[in-house]
Amino acid sequence: MELKDIINPNNLVYEKPKLLTENTMHYCPGCSHGVVHKLLAEVIEDLDIQDKTIGVSPVGCAVFAYNYIEIDWQEAAHGRAPAVATGIARTNPDKVVFTYQGDGDLASIGAAEILHACNRGENMVVIFVNNGIYGMTGGQMAPTTLIGQVTATTPNGRDVGRNGYPLKITELIAQLPGTSYVTRQSVHTPATIRKCKKALAKAFQAAIDKKGTSFVEVVSTCNMNWKMTPVKANEWMVDNMFPFYQPGDLKDSSKTDPESYTPLKN
Amino acid sequence: MAKVIGAVVVDNEECKGCGLCVVACPQDVLAQNKQVNSRGYHYSFMKNPEACIGCSNCATVCPDTCITVYRVKI
Repeated sequence: MELKDIINPNNLVYEKPKLLTENTMHYCPGCSHGVVHKLLAEVIEDLDIQDKTIGVSPVGCAVFAYNYIEIDWQEAAHGRAPAVATGIARTNPDKVVFTYQGDGDLASIGAAEILHACNRGENMVVIFVNNGIYGMTGGQMAPTTLIGQVTATTPNGRDVGRNGYPLKITELIAQLPGTSYVTRQSVHTPATIRKCKKALAKAFQAAIDKKGTSFVEVVSTCNMNWKMTPVKANEWMVDNMFPFYQPGDLKDSSKTDPESYTPLKN
Repeated sequence: MAKVIGAVVVDNEECKGCGLCVVACPQDVLAQNKQVNSRGYHYSFMKNPEACIGCSNCATVCPDTCITVYRVKI
């Protein structure tokens, strides 16, 4: 059988999701953002919620996410995506709202917003792409940078005495009563990508079912600022990021029942 | 057991030559071209087309979604 016989619409098994636009992504070659965007588009397509999904894009590399997925988007100030998403979710209870944030956006300047939005149990999905570095601004140290990791602002490696400890924000989030589904995934092999897609689908389903905040962390790479090839960056992530940021579900239930609290009597 | 043959089509101009699909392929089908596209990237191509089983691993890992996969059973 010749190639032209195989390459036929009847034999199609994988094509670009229809929700992704024709625009070429501005991300560096091999960037994990591209894969997460693709999964998002596939999940929204599978759940058939394109017309009622509103995304809130962050400040960081994913700031132009609205150019790539055909849904409604709102751009938020640095770190304030959960606050903006809260407003959208409360005024439009029939919509499915999600934020898409990086580690510099979510774990650093937006730490207060994300903790309080998750603690209030807003009905939204938070997608947290954690690559341990500030990618957009040129590879400075982020709160999630590993101890000893070399960045533009820690040329001798992150030192605990000077720079503090890496922040496991997802573990903090998992303790909050407002969250329903908290998980940590990665997108470095076909198997983990398929798993991550299932996690995203579950998170969106939880938001549709009004179960509270769903939080999906995606441990990812920034090969350009880690100064490695994309393939090497994936290996480095498995060897160094995974022992500290272990993939897996951290919480899988629904938000704490308000009845379980005894209100003060006036 | 039915034999499966696959084929992939890489959008040469969209490909950024990251090489993730080359590693993800279990059949060693893909390789990076010595030639470059208009943006200067060594785009992927089917070096060994007979071995392709259409598993779509390459398309799944592609960050720029520039791979389309076809498969037939014979």
